[in-house]
Amino acid sequence: MLTPLLRLALLTMSLLVPTLAQAQTTDITARIAAMGEANLKELTQIVTDLASTGDPSVVPVLTALGDGNLYLDETSGRVVIQNGSTITDPLTGEAVDLGADTDLSRIRVNNGLRRDISAALGGMTLMSDNPRTRLSAAQGFLANPDPATLPLLDEAIAAETDANVLGVMQTARATTILSSEDASIEEKQAAVPQIVSGAGRSAITVLTSALASAPDEVKPTIQSAIAGLEQSRAVWAALQNVWFGVSLGSVLLLAAIGLAITFGVMGVINMAHGEMVMLGAYTTFLVQLVIRQSFPGLLDYSLLIALPVAFLVTGAIGVGIERGIIRWLYGRPLETLLATWGLSLILQQTVRSIFGPTNQMVIAPTWMSGSTDFFGLAITYNRFWIVIFALIVFFMLLLILNRTPLGLQMRAVTQNRRMASAMGIRTPFVDAMTFGLGSGIAGLAGVALTQIDNISPNLGQNYIIDSFMVVVFGGVGNLWGTFVGALTLGVANKFLEPYAGAVLGKILILVLIILFIQRHPRGLFALKGRAIEQ
Amino acid sequence: MLTQALFRALDKKAIWVIGIFLAVAILVPMANLLIPPGQFGHVPTYLVSLLGKYLSYAILALALDLVWGYCGILSLGHSAFFALGGYAMGMYLMRQIGSRGVYGNPTLPDFMVFLNWKELPWYWLGFDNFWFAMAMVVVVPGLLAFIFGFFAFRSRVTGVYLSIITQAMTFALLLAFFRNDMGFGGNNGLTDFKDILGAPVQAQSTRVILFAATAIALALSVLVCSMIVNSKLGKVMVAVRDAESRTRFIGYRVEYVKLFAFTVSAIMAGIAGALYVPQVGIINPGEFEPGNSIEVVIWTAVGGRGTLIGPIIGAIVVNLGKSWFTSALPEFWLFALGALFIFVTLFLPKGIVGLWKQVFGAGRQTAEPTPPTPARSADIERGEDPSTFDNPQPRPAE
Repeated sequence: MLTPLLRLALLTMSLLVPTLAQAQTTDITARIAAMGEANLKELTQIVTDLASTGDPSVVPVLTALGDGNLYLDETSGRVVIQNGSTITDPLTGEAVDLGADTDLSRIRVNNGLRRDISAALGGMTLMSDNPRTRLSAAQGFLANPDPATLPLLDEAIAAETDANVLGVMQTARATTILSSEDASIEEKQAAVPQIVSGAGRSAITVLTSALASAPDEVKPTIQSAIAGLEQSRAVWAALQNVWFGVSLGSVLLLAAIGLAITFGVMGVINMAHGEMVMLGAYTTFLVQLVIRQSFPGLLDYSLLIALPVAFLVTGAIGVGIERGIIRWLYGRPLETLLATWGLSLILQQTVRSIFGPTNQMVIAPTWMSGSTDFFGLAITYNRFWIVIFALIVFFMLLLILNRTPLGLQMRAVTQNRRMASAMGIRTPFVDAMTFGLGSGIAGLAGVALTQIDNISPNLGQNYIIDSFMVVVFGGVGNLWGTFVGALTLGVANKFLEPYAGAVLGKILILVLIILFIQRHPRGLFALKGRAIEQ
Repeated sequence: MLTQALFRALDKKAIWVIGIFLAVAILVPMANLLIPPGQFGHVPTYLVSLLGKYLSYAILALALDLVWGYCGILSLGHSAFFALGGYAMGMYLMRQIGSRGVYGNPTLPDFMVFLNWKELPWYWLGFDNFWFAMAMVVVVPGLLAFIFGFFAFRSRVTGVYLSIITQAMTFALLLAFFRNDMGFGGNNGLTDFKDILGAPVQAQSTRVILFAATAIALALSVLVCSMIVNSKLGKVMVAVRDAESRTRFIGYRVEYVKLFAFTVSAIMAGIAGALYVPQVGIINPGEFEPGNSIEVVIWTAVGGRGTLIGPIIGAIVVNLGKSWFTSALPEFWLFALGALFIFVTLFLPKGIVGLWKQVFGAGRQTAEPTPPTPARSADIERGEDPSTFDNPQPRPAE
C-alpha cells in the first residue's frame, strides 16, 4: 500500500545522498586546490574551513600540511602529498604519476599556522564519533601538552560520555595545566593528583619534566608525588618479579614433583626423568598433528586431549622401565642412577632419529595466547595457565597420596619398606605404580612445557639438574618440601637475575643450594626417623 | 715407613700394571720414532696423541675409582677437576703464544684483546712460568676438592645427595666458564697453542714426549693408588664404603678418610686434565659438562670398580669404542653408550675385571686382598629405608 511512495522516497534519497556528498567533496577538492597558491592568511582560513566540514578525509591533508609534506606541482598546478619518494593525491590517497617534468615546491607554514592545524586536527578527532579515535587524540594531547589546546580539551571533556576516554582527557588537561604558564597555582596543585592517578607508567616522566618549570609553591607537591610513584613502582617491580618467580617455580614444580615421588618412595634417582618430560612434549606434538589432520575443529582443545594421552604414554613407559631395569637394582641407588642415565641417552637418540634434531612446534590454543594487564602486572596467559596447572597437578597428587589406598601404601613404603611389606603391602606393585605415576606426571609437565619451551630431544636435559636441585633442596618424602623448594628456587632465581644476570644468578643459586645442603643434608623437610642415617 | 708402603704396594699385582705402562711409555715412542712410516709396527703420530688422550682418560677413571670404588663416594663432579687442571695447563700454553697471536699482543691472549681488556687479570699472573702452572694444576683442583669435601663430609652429606651436589658444582662451573667476563675465553675456551717448554706443541717429538709423560703419570698414579689402598688407611676407606656408620662408631673419623681420598682423587684428575689439553690442543667449558662426569663413572664401572686395573681397561675400551662408533656409525654411538650403561649395571656389576675373575680365576679368589666390590647385590632383600640404601647394613659374613 505504501510501497510505491516508500519506493519513491528511497529512490530520491539514494539519488540525493551521493549528490550531497559529491557537493561537499568538490568543495573540499576546490579548497585543497586553492591551497597551492594561497598565502599564509588564506591558508589559515582554508584550514579552518576544511576543519569545519568535519569530514575525516581532510585529516591526511592537514597532517601533511603541518608536517611540511604538502607540495604544489608548479607544472600541473596540482597539490600533492610527498612522503619520501611516493607522491599521493591528498584526498583519495592514491598514488599520482606527475610525469618527468615535475617541479614540486613545498607549501610553507609557520608556527602559528601549525598550531592552528594541530588544534583543528585535535578538535576534529577529539569530537569524533568513534571513542577509539577520541582516545588516541586524547593520548596525543597527553604526549604533547600545549596550553593553547586547553579550551578545546575543556569542550571535549564537557561532551565526553565514555569514562575511559574522559579519564585520559582529564589527565591530558592536567598535564597541559602543569606545563602552562597562565594556570594558577591552585589549578596546578589540583592537577598533580590527576596525573598520578591517570598517567600510569608515564606519570613519573611527566611530573619530572614539569618539576623544572613549576613555580616554587607547587614543587613540593610534585616532588612528594614523584616519591610516592617511585615507591609504588618499586613495589610493582618486586611483585612482577614474584610473579616471574612463581611462574618459573611452577615449571620447576611440574618437572620435579614426579622425581620427588620416585626418589622419596623408592630411593631411585631417575636420570631419565627429563626424557619422560621430553616424551610428554613429543606426545603433545603428535596429538596435535593427528588432530590437525583429522579433527581440525578440536585444535583448540588439543592440549587438553594431550594431557591424558601423555600421562598414559609416559606412565606406561615408566612402568616398563621399572619392571625391566629398576627392579633389578633395588638397594643400589647409585647404580640406578647410571642405568637410567644410559636409558636417557637411548631415549634421546631414539627421538632424535625419529623426529630429527630440530625443534618441533606446538601451536598455542587461542585461550592460552596473549596477555593481560593485572593492576599493572603483565601476565601472559600461557604462564598463568601453567601456574594453575601446576597447582592442580600438585593438589591432585596430594589427594592421591593422602586419600587413596595406593597413596596410603606408597606412604607406608616410604616410611618403612620392610614393615609395609610385613603388613601385606605388595611393595613391587607399589614400586611399579609409583614409578609409573612419577613418569606420568613428568609427561604432564612435558605437555605444559610445549607452551614455553622448544620441543627438542634435549628438552629434558635442561630441566633435569634444576629438578634435582628442587628435590634435594625440598627434602624427600614430603610433597610440600618439593612445593616450597620449587617456588623458593623460582623466586630466588628471578630476584637474583636483575642484580647478577641470568647466568651468574643461576650459579649463585647452585652455590647457595650446595651451602644449604651442608646445613640440612636431607633437605628442607627431611623425613624424621630413628635410623642412624636419618 | 714410606719405603715400607712402597714395598707393600709393589708387592702386589700393581707392579705388573706399572711395568706395563712404563714399557708402553718407552715402546710406543720408539715405534713412532724409530720404525719408518709404512713399515710394520710403525705407530703414526696422530695415533700416539690419540693413545695419549686415552691414557689421560685412564688416569681420570683411576682417580674416580679411588673415591667411588674404594671409598663409596660417587662423585659426579670429576670432570670439573679434570677441566680445572686442563685450564691451568691451557693458561700456561696461552701465555706461551706471546705475540704470535692473531692480534700480536705480547701479554694478552687473543680473546682478551678481542674483549678490549687492557691488562692481564690477576689470576692469570704467573702462568707464564711452567712450574707455577704445574703447581696450579695440582693446587686448584686439590683445594676445591678439599674445601668442598671438608664441608660436605663434615655435615655428612652422603650417597645420592653428595652425587647431586657434586653435579651441581660442575654445572655451576660450566656456567661460570661459559661467561666471557670470567676471563677464561668463554665459549671458545683456550686453543691455538704454540709451544710447551719451548718445543712446538704440534711437533712429532713433542707429541711423543707428551705421550710418554702421560704413560709415566698413569704408572705413577697406579703406584700411588696402590700404596693408598694397600695401606691401613686404604682398609679404612673400604670400611667406610661398606659400612660407614659402623666405621664411625668404631672410632674412625670417617669424614677425614673421605676428605683424603676425595682430595687425592681430585689432584689426580687435575693432572689428567693437564696432560690431556696439550695433546688435544683445546680446552673449553664443554669439559665441565655433567654428562662427562657420568661417562667417567661408566668407564670405571665397565672396567670394574674397586680394582686398580679395571678403570684403566674401562677408560681405554669405552673410548676405543667411542672412536670407532663416532667414525663408523655416528648416530648409533649414544645407543651403544646407553646400552652399555644399562648392561653393565644390570649384568656386570663388577665390570670386565669381575667377569675375568669369574671365568678364569675362581680358584684364586681367596688370594685377593680386597673384595673388589661392596657386598651389595641384587639379591639383597628389597631395600631398607631409601635413605639407608647407600649404606646398607652389612650382611653377616658369608
